[in-house]
Amino acid sequence: MNENASCAPIVRARGLHKEYGSGEGLVRAVDEIDLEVTPGETLAIMGPSGCGKSTLLHLLGGLDRPSAGELWLAGRRIDSLSERGLAQLRRHDVGFVFQAFHLMDELTAQENVELPALLAGRSPREARRRARQLLDQVGLCERAGHLPSALSGGQRQRVAIARALANEPQIVLADEPTGNLDSAATLEVLRLFEGLHTAGITVVVVTHDERIAATAGRMISMRDGVFVDETRLAGGARGNLADFAGWGG
Amino acid sequence: MQQEVVLGMLAKEPSSGSQLRARLNDALGPLGEAVNEGQIYVTLSRLERAGLIARQGTGAPEAGRKAYELTAAGQERVAEWLSEVSWPKPDLAEFHLKLVAAAQAGLADPIGIVDAQRRELLRRLREVGRAAMAEPEGSRAGLLLEGIVLRLQADLRWLEACERAWMDRRKK
Repeated sequence: MNENASCAPIVRARGLHKEYGSGEGLVRAVDEIDLEVTPGETLAIMGPSGCGKSTLLHLLGGLDRPSAGELWLAGRRIDSLSERGLAQLRRHDVGFVFQAFHLMDELTAQENVELPALLAGRSPREARRRARQLLDQVGLCERAGHLPSALSGGQRQRVAIARALANEPQIVLADEPTGNLDSAATLEVLRLFEGLHTAGITVVVVTHDERIAATAGRMISMRDGVFVDETRLAGGARGNLADFAGWGG
Repeated sequence: MQQEVVLGMLAKEPSSGSQLRARLNDALGPLGEAVNEGQIYVTLSRLERAGLIARQGTGAPEAGRKAYELTAAGQERVAEWLSEVSWPKPDLAEFHLKLVAAAQAGLADPIGIVDAQRRELLRRLREVGRAAMAEPEGSRAGLLLEGIVLRLQADLRWLEACERAWMDRRKK
């Protein structure tokens, strides 16, 4: 590659396509999408359920393989990787956050966060050190020894976010991270996403929760497998907070 | 400044203009910036003329520390205000008619208008969301900001419905 490394996109997709079924039942879940995500960017992809946004996220994270098109992650072509290559990619380069947390119920918060580092071949001591540090970052130091069942929904999602960061991934991919949370817990997760942004971590979040989408710097609307609208959200709102509340003082 | 708001803030105890301002700021958080102290004094003098409040005591007021208190009529007005069920009106009809007018005259694509509006509301949501995140836990102003967030979300949901409906119409 000739491009300057710092400007090169983390994610680059060309004509990315995923379809299911055939004939009458053919579904173009992701329909020849082009996408670039720059390092440190937070991107939200919004759309109604069934618009293809989760499928797109799965393609980006190597959880699923495209039917056609080209896909690069951190300069590496990944659409044609072997199963083994994809597994490695998911382990080292991608941090996932899911709606349903997907924590191991029989492991403590600390052990859940250690696990990806251990799987990636780090020493137990190194994994432990990293997990402590991450749990501290998400404000759950005192809860490190608790099982997920002893944690609130918001706390579980914070553990899941710490876990996603365990191997210092190139990118964090989040699928409806606030989908199962009440308003207060959502606020906890929103704060953490702001923190990721400040820390310069690249994040792609798919959601229909406008609150989490609004924390992103850029938002793309998706319908029927294609992008229909794109906007930069940072800055530029007309009026001030009081206007939004209809409060003239 | 709405007169009832100043009366209501005064109901706790006799207070000076600057005390009222502090109380408003505490309740409004970042929205308190829109409160102009001058407006509070203008409202206070109007309320005094209307006999709803009075300067406290009859002696010479301490320099710069005029405390006001509710009169019996003022207390009655506060009680009425608390029992009123008025509610701020969102002007959805205007936006709705904008879409209709654009489509009828073929001047603009209603869906483009909806998209532009959504971008603006999302930018607002981002700003309010950031302000909400900056509030300490249990802050009164945080509750107000949550109300603004929920309203913006409701508006965004309605825009989605507008988009779907105008999209269907286009297909016909």
